[in-house]
Amino acid sequence: MSTSDVTRQGLRGVRPGREARPGRPARRRGRRGEQAMVPPAEFTSYYGKPVINSPVWHSPDIPGYFFLGGLAGASSLLGAGAQASGRPDLARAAKAGALGAISLSMAGLTHDLGRPARFLNMLRVIKATSPMSVGSWILAGYVPAAGVAAASALTGRASRLGAAATAAAALLGPALATYTAVLISDTAVPAWHDGYREMPFVFAGSAAAAAGGLGLLAAPAGRNAPARNLALLGAAAEAAAFERMTRRMGMVAEPYHAGRAGAYVRASQVLALLGGAGALLGRRNRTVAALSGAALLGASAAIRWGGFHAGLASAADPKYTVVPQRERRDSSRPAVAEAN
Amino acid sequence: MADPAAASGYHDPPPRMGFFTDTSVCIGCKACEVACKEWNAVPDDGLAFTGMSYDNTVGLGADTWRHVAFIEQRRPVPAGADRDGKEGEAEDGLRWLMASDVCKHCTNAACLDVCPTGALFRTEFGTVVVQEDICNGCGYCIPACPYGVIDQRKGDGRAWKCTLCYDRLGAGMTPACAQACPTESIQFGPLDELRQRAAARLDQLHGEGAAEARLYGEDPGDGVGGDGAFFLLLDEPEVYGLPPDPVVTTRDLPSMWRHAAAAATGLMAAAAAAFAAEWLGRRG
Repeated sequence: MSTSDVTRQGLRGVRPGREARPGRPARRRGRRGEQAMVPPAEFTSYYGKPVINSPVWHSPDIPGYFFLGGLAGASSLLGAGAQASGRPDLARAAKAGALGAISLSMAGLTHDLGRPARFLNMLRVIKATSPMSVGSWILAGYVPAAGVAAASALTGRASRLGAAATAAAALLGPALATYTAVLISDTAVPAWHDGYREMPFVFAGSAAAAAGGLGLLAAPAGRNAPARNLALLGAAAEAAAFERMTRRMGMVAEPYHAGRAGAYVRASQVLALLGGAGALLGRRNRTVAALSGAALLGASAAIRWGGFHAGLASAADPKYTVVPQRERRDSSRPAVAEAN
Repeated sequence: MADPAAASGYHDPPPRMGFFTDTSVCIGCKACEVACKEWNAVPDDGLAFTGMSYDNTVGLGADTWRHVAFIEQRRPVPAGADRDGKEGEAEDGLRWLMASDVCKHCTNAACLDVCPTGALFRTEFGTVVVQEDICNGCGYCIPACPYGVIDQRKGDGRAWKCTLCYDRLGAGMTPACAQACPTESIQFGPLDELRQRAAARLDQLHGEGAAEARLYGEDPGDGVGGDGAFFLLLDEPEVYGLPPDPVVTTRDLPSMWRHAAAAATGLMAAAAAAFAAEWLGRRG
């Protein structure tokens, strides 16, 4: 390949190799040849291709887990409260709901792994830098506790062990319901990461609304007041946190209002309004309470799917990665001298 | 800057090794892509014509550990600057940028931070490698990477990416892509040495009038603590499909945990309030 020759005068025709000049004029004629090469501060990308790789997590496994994990965690709190305040029917419903939800979750989580047979590798290490590792250990404690609590409540046996398990599940439940917010925020996905301040409150509120909704669905009218209160508090907190999050995120919040994600978010808001109003006004009517509970469960699920798809949409469009980063870079380094 | 290998617990590690990819001498031959695939036995991931200039590889992923980007730009060539030295009017010229992209082997690597199984680890050379016998395909590293490097292999389920030829490094050899590069656009060596070389090259190019030349990922003060594989670019990073100001997502993780702890406490308080309100309502 080489075109150089060895002569008595030394090497001739040597290619410049790594010293080569780029495809620009070799000669400079004073300042005249200099062009302002600073591109306009508009959005450019590589053929519109995304900068980051999209999550490979699937629906319904992962948004379903966020919903069911929240439902389970908050239901464990509701179950413990119901037991402590002498409402065995609400306690049974909440504990059974928690166990059912977390069992389905575990199936979904395992199914979503690329190598399901290696599920237990999750417990190979403990890493605080990995929310998924932390979550695995939360689940490792929570799942047996929720199982024993539900089994004891449903069979009426081993009430002391059941009480201890109920307490343990109630302590781990809030962690289970909120760590998933850290899990998705701790990524480079713009619509997830940029909401990290409010996301745990959205998740906690959504979890409370779901658990309250399940309580409304399962408990007899007139004995569902704590469930109703929790559902209303949760729905209100979720709505407030979501509003605050999307306002603060600016253009990165666009995916929450567009396309499939936007449809889920709107459905969630409508269901939450209906469920909230029904829970508030129809408290004496068993059917209205149950329908309200179902609507609140649906609202909680829909916001999880909405958030999941908003993240996917923000990862797929390079705009949401490039524009905020350009703004950040250009504002932190004013007058970026392209030349040096 | 803390050496990432030493920070990971290696005693007296060898110098941190990396790549300096000087895109100004890349000729788009894709020898790096081929050498990488051959050496690492990376499977075929389909052949398709994309219409993206000469780029039919599209981007980095589980089965593409080196990716050559091709960018065709029409931009004015300054007057009086044609190759024959003839004076003339400014005219539209075609500028063809080529760049071989690769895993950045970040100083603060998000993929490694978030991996729940410990499959991703820091080598003694300061590089970041997946252990394929540990990875369970949870997929967390994929959206964590701010550069879109690592991905899940279809039909395999595990996450794969550039190893900076860990096997070759261990034997004192040059990684396959750098070995195959005919123009030394891909330069391999101790990172300190590469940084000096890159600074000298940048000075040379600025001296030649290539004012738009800039280094990317060489700054230990950037959002990922500097890249083990950095670049000399002739345009903005996003033109090459690179993020302009990547930040390791785990930088904000302590704050995330604090917010989650507050939310979890709030959830407990809400549950307590739900029962207390009912109790008060009954009494009042």
